[in-house]
Amino acid sequence: MTTTPKAVKADARWSIAAKEIVSGGAFRAFLSVLLGFVVGALFMVGSNEEFLKALSYFTARPTDALTAGWGAIADGYAALFRGSIYNYNADNLVAALRPITETLRFAAPLIAAGLGVALAFRVGLFNIGASGQILFGALAATAVSTRVELPWGIHLVVAAVTAIIASAAYGALVGFLKARTGAHEVIVTIMLNYIAAGLLTFAFRQESLLRETGGGGTPKSDAPAETAQLPLLLGDSYMLHAGIVLALVAVVIYWWLMERSTIGYRFRMVGHNADAARTAGINVELTFVAAMAVSGAFVGLAAINQALGARAGLTPDIDGSIGFDAITVALLGSSTAPGVLLAGLLFGAFKAGAPSMQVIGLSPEVTGVVQGFIVLFIAAPPLIRAIFRLPAPQKTTVVADWWARLTRKKAAK
Amino acid sequence: MSTVAASTQFQSAEAPRTFKAAIVMGVFALVVFVAFGVFGKPDNVTFQWSKPDDVIHIPDFIVGSSLVGLAIGAILILIAAIVAVNASRRRRNPQWISLIFGFFAIIALLAWLAAGNAVPFAFILGNAIVLAVPIALGAMGGIMSERVGVVNIAIEGQLLTGAFLAAVVGSLTDSLLLGLVAAMVGAALLSMVLAAFAIKYLVDQIIVGVVLNVLVLGVTNFLYSQWLANDGERSNFPGTFDITPIPFLSDIPIIGPALFENRLTTYLAFIIIPVLWFFLFKTKLGLRARAVGEHPLAADTVGINVARTRFWWVTLGGVVAGLGGAALTIGSVGAFGRGMSGGQGFIALAVVILGRWHPFYAAAAALLFGFSIILRVWANQVSPGIPTDFITMVPYLVTLIAVVGFVGRVRAPAADGQPYIKG
Repeated sequence: MTTTPKAVKADARWSIAAKEIVSGGAFRAFLSVLLGFVVGALFMVGSNEEFLKALSYFTARPTDALTAGWGAIADGYAALFRGSIYNYNADNLVAALRPITETLRFAAPLIAAGLGVALAFRVGLFNIGASGQILFGALAATAVSTRVELPWGIHLVVAAVTAIIASAAYGALVGFLKARTGAHEVIVTIMLNYIAAGLLTFAFRQESLLRETGGGGTPKSDAPAETAQLPLLLGDSYMLHAGIVLALVAVVIYWWLMERSTIGYRFRMVGHNADAARTAGINVELTFVAAMAVSGAFVGLAAINQALGARAGLTPDIDGSIGFDAITVALLGSSTAPGVLLAGLLFGAFKAGAPSMQVIGLSPEVTGVVQGFIVLFIAAPPLIRAIFRLPAPQKTTVVADWWARLTRKKAAK
Repeated sequence: MSTVAASTQFQSAEAPRTFKAAIVMGVFALVVFVAFGVFGKPDNVTFQWSKPDDVIHIPDFIVGSSLVGLAIGAILILIAAIVAVNASRRRRNPQWISLIFGFFAIIALLAWLAAGNAVPFAFILGNAIVLAVPIALGAMGGIMSERVGVVNIAIEGQLLTGAFLAAVVGSLTDSLLLGLVAAMVGAALLSMVLAAFAIKYLVDQIIVGVVLNVLVLGVTNFLYSQWLANDGERSNFPGTFDITPIPFLSDIPIIGPALFENRLTTYLAFIIIPVLWFFLFKTKLGLRARAVGEHPLAADTVGINVARTRFWWVTLGGVVAGLGGAALTIGSVGAFGRGMSGGQGFIALAVVILGRWHPFYAAAAALLFGFSIILRVWANQVSPGIPTDFITMVPYLVTLIAVVGFVGRVRAPAADGQPYIKG
């Protein structure tokens, strides 16, 4: 009653701001991740033998089951932590810090390929061809890194540029076919994935092409020449190589491209409403081709990572599951630069944590479950809002205004 | 102004004069004629039409490999010419002409691969059909959902769910039929999630589909490595349906054993494909479903419940795709393997488009992929020198060319992928 009108206004502003944050995408992504971990925990408990045994006499001694269940969750996530962030059981500091470097190493290709998929999303294209683009780029990079001799430094640059060009061309082909014939990019990319896999396997099997020197019938290439390998970042005790630097640079480039540049504005415009963009004088077909080329170029960084980050010969499965994980990374990161970075780090941590989970007898595939549920919750905003009783998306812009004022002040200084 | 509009309208009413199909076919025909014929291998090839224990035995047909290449190459060039003539006269080419073209091309490929060897025709055809069943059933599920306007990328997940549940429930209950039912129910539940998100919450259908695939892959991989891999005897040892020859029909030469000496899942596919065609194109229900997929607003106006129609067709599509998944395990090899659908759901997606959302053409396209899988296996045995990686790529290349060249002008159901908000 004694509050002045101004204070009331301020109070309201805080509550509006809180509502905005709670209903916003970032908070929802956070809750989705949390919930994904909860579901993963349920799977860990449900597959734990001790817990299942204790469950059979649950009514007699419920504490047994509860302890076993809690133990399973704690052990599982502790192993994930030890494997991906900091190994507190290690003998020395070098070994204790290795997990976090492994996370970065696994995250690098996911971030790069995730950015590629995210860029296509922003243009309204669904690039599930990251896998094929990685394979095609890796094929080109391997040709240069194992069959061409160049001095140190130049070799790496030539191989990397070749990979980017190859991946970009493979992506641009999708955009071209879509623009020219109206063929749906999903089908085209699926087919191109298989075709790239066939080409790569063929090249790795033929002695006259890329087969391992003195190798047998199994498709395998030579290890990339030392002059063409991505250099190690932290010395010989860690496997972390320069791939993560490329990925971080790519994040910055992506941010600038999509948020600050004219071409990014054009991309987003086509993504929002292709018809309106056409009316405004934008060549939509050309934009499709350009966007898929740039998308492929980002994916090409993942190809570099896989082909030139390797220290041994490559096999046809160098793509791993990166091509498809990239889609989930882009979804989780809601196609923004910081989002993709964080999502890539999270999924990289999942991959890095696998061995130490295996050690305690828990199948590392549980991270696949967590991953699956995270993207399910992400993909369905109404579901997560219903579970947590969150307010619907707000139309107010208190937080954004505040942020804009803050950044403008900084810029003025 | 109005006369200009009228005249352009009049022109576009005629079939467009497009030589795309003719050119693509002509190139293929020349490749067959030159590579398999002119530069082909002169060795004899033996076409074995019958298996030794068949009732009616057709004598083997022995012919020079390059001769087959020349003859079939000539036939293919003729077909391409007919297509070109039709196109120049603005006449539509019948759809089955590309099927015949494909059939002859496969025979030529067989003869080229097997130079100096035998072509066990019944064996190849039979295996191609068995391998095509999961793809075809997945595609039928896809057709059912896309015909009502819901894009189904989750076929892969449905196949995997079906395969997993059929094997696990089949082993735990010791009843293959229960396994089959579980597969259908499980995949239908997955479809319901897709339907609910797509229809009720208007979430992007393609994204939901991809997400469901990721989810199913994650869950089945985990359950497989944590549970089935350690407890395979009890929970992943379902066995398979018996091969039951149909009396008399299985005695038909050449196609009899391939078609009528199969397992239950294959027979179900034989039934489902024509039944789906009948329902879609010959019944009131099918007409309503297609109306919902083409123009939901119009369908709504005449009193069709768009949301409900979509929901049930998508769910039933899941039932069919789940059956396809069961065909992967208890319909062929028995036990479930990690990620065993191996992209066949995505192939099914391509088959839907390649088959122009039509059950029969989709089934034919699925058979093409079945052929390619068995050809790869067989070609490895017959002549190890041939780069089988290229044979692996052929169906994908064909699909790509078809989607880009032929299908481009054949359109999807008009409202495919678009949510309908009742206004």
